[in-house]
Amino acid sequence: MMFITLLRIELFKIFKRPRTYIAFGAIAMIVLLVQLALKVNGKDFIQLYTDSQSDTFEIPYESMNNGYFVCVAVLHMILIHVPLLVALIAGDMISGEAGLGTLRLVVGKPIGRTELILSKFMASTIYVVMLLVWMAIFALFGSILLFGSGDLVVFREENMHLMNQQDVLWRFFAAFVFAALALTTIAAMALMFSAFSENSLGPIVATVCVVIVFTIVQQLKVPLFEQTINPWSFTTHMLGWKGFFYVEKTAEGVTIDGSVENPASLVKSAGVLLGYILLFLTVTVQYFKRKDILS
Amino acid sequence: MVFAAILLPALLPAQDVKELLQKVKDKYDQVKDYTAEGKLKTNVLFIKAPVATVKIWYKKPDKIKIKNEKGVSFIPKGSVNINMNNVLGLSNYEAIVSGTEKVGGTDCKVIKIFPLSDEDNISRATLYVDEQQLLVKRSVISTRENGTYELVMQYKQYAAYGLPDKVELTFNTRDYKLPKGISIDYDNGADKDKKERTAPKKGKVEIVYTKYTINKGVPDSVFN
Repeated sequence: MMFITLLRIELFKIFKRPRTYIAFGAIAMIVLLVQLALKVNGKDFIQLYTDSQSDTFEIPYESMNNGYFVCVAVLHMILIHVPLLVALIAGDMISGEAGLGTLRLVVGKPIGRTELILSKFMASTIYVVMLLVWMAIFALFGSILLFGSGDLVVFREENMHLMNQQDVLWRFFAAFVFAALALTTIAAMALMFSAFSENSLGPIVATVCVVIVFTIVQQLKVPLFEQTINPWSFTTHMLGWKGFFYVEKTAEGVTIDGSVENPASLVKSAGVLLGYILLFLTVTVQYFKRKDILS
Repeated sequence: MVFAAILLPALLPAQDVKELLQKVKDKYDQVKDYTAEGKLKTNVLFIKAPVATVKIWYKKPDKIKIKNEKGVSFIPKGSVNINMNNVLGLSNYEAIVSGTEKVGGTDCKVIKIFPLSDEDNISRATLYVDEQQLLVKRSVISTRENGTYELVMQYKQYAAYGLPDKVELTFNTRDYKLPKGISIDYDNGADKDKKERTAPKKGKVEIVYTKYTINKGVPDSVFN
């Protein structure tokens, strides 16, 4: 009961701050800009991916540029940046109160520190989910409204996957659920940094820096990192949402409806992310329980 | 003696070969236009695609269009060669018979065709002609711009019109690789495709026709 009350207070604090709505505004703007760009120059965008095959195949630009394709394009562009928006809120959860001097007041009340941290984590998670629901409304349903639905084409570095339109919607829902797990990892990490700090800026910048460093390490694609850091880096596994759009095929090259290529890797990625969340939360709780709160 | 036996078919008078080709052409010429529906199966190393329902429009002499009206399909440009008129309609060519081969259990005459005009897109063609039914069962067509295409055709219901029930088109493909940085893939450990990359770069599409509407008129606007 106390936990629910704490959660409601934390949610109230999150949604009372104007900065919370920056993320919602930014997402809406980015989505609308991408939609506008693809409405006007969709063919040019698709040509970027299909140019090497235009001599061999008739490329159906018009039917490819549908709502599902636009949504995947939006997610590719946006999800890599959303951790910054999550850090903006989760990184401020504890340090923000320390900075304002209200943290000592809160922990002075008869509330367990573990409960307090968990309520802050849960509030950050709800914020992440709401951000993704907002994104789904704009990127998925908005794009379907503007571009219509159709078969989905997903481009990978060395192949392309086509999916029947009736085999697509569940993949988006699964991808959004996975993205929620990935962004919750960022929220847990930002919360951990927030516990270590007395001001908001430090944890937010630290979270963003960690994400940038690991993303760059991942993009370098050198064996040194691919064999050591990347298999365990959370930025590698955060891309798991894309795995729901990689479809399995028969020996004749025909896609299998409802299939996902190597689903075990998605389970592993989800497990790694859950592990990180647990690790970050445990460190946060243990540290916060012993912390001398002077501000 | 053996040498002579090998050369003999090639020494058949060119006029006889052209007469045979004319008879085949006359059969195919019965069809002035058609609209057909079919199932398209794509088997290309770097494309994973579902079986698609496609519509095919044809109008004499050389207009053909294949389209997936309800979805997305990558149709090989060489699919225009499923129209046999591309080869049978040649006016200035040399032809020789280079033997007999079985295609789908039927003995077929192997006819090599060499267009003489530089204007023709086809540089060489080999047709495997079933003399009894006057049908082209297999063809290998080399084009000046788009490489070589191989077609294998099976005839049943519409054999009288020279229209196949099933066509298999094999064609050359190019490597598909996006420039670095354009896409960050999720590494799901599925490296099967990487192993397959050493396989020959041939693509194949199969069209199984489910319905033909023949000589009922097809507007030119369809082909725009």
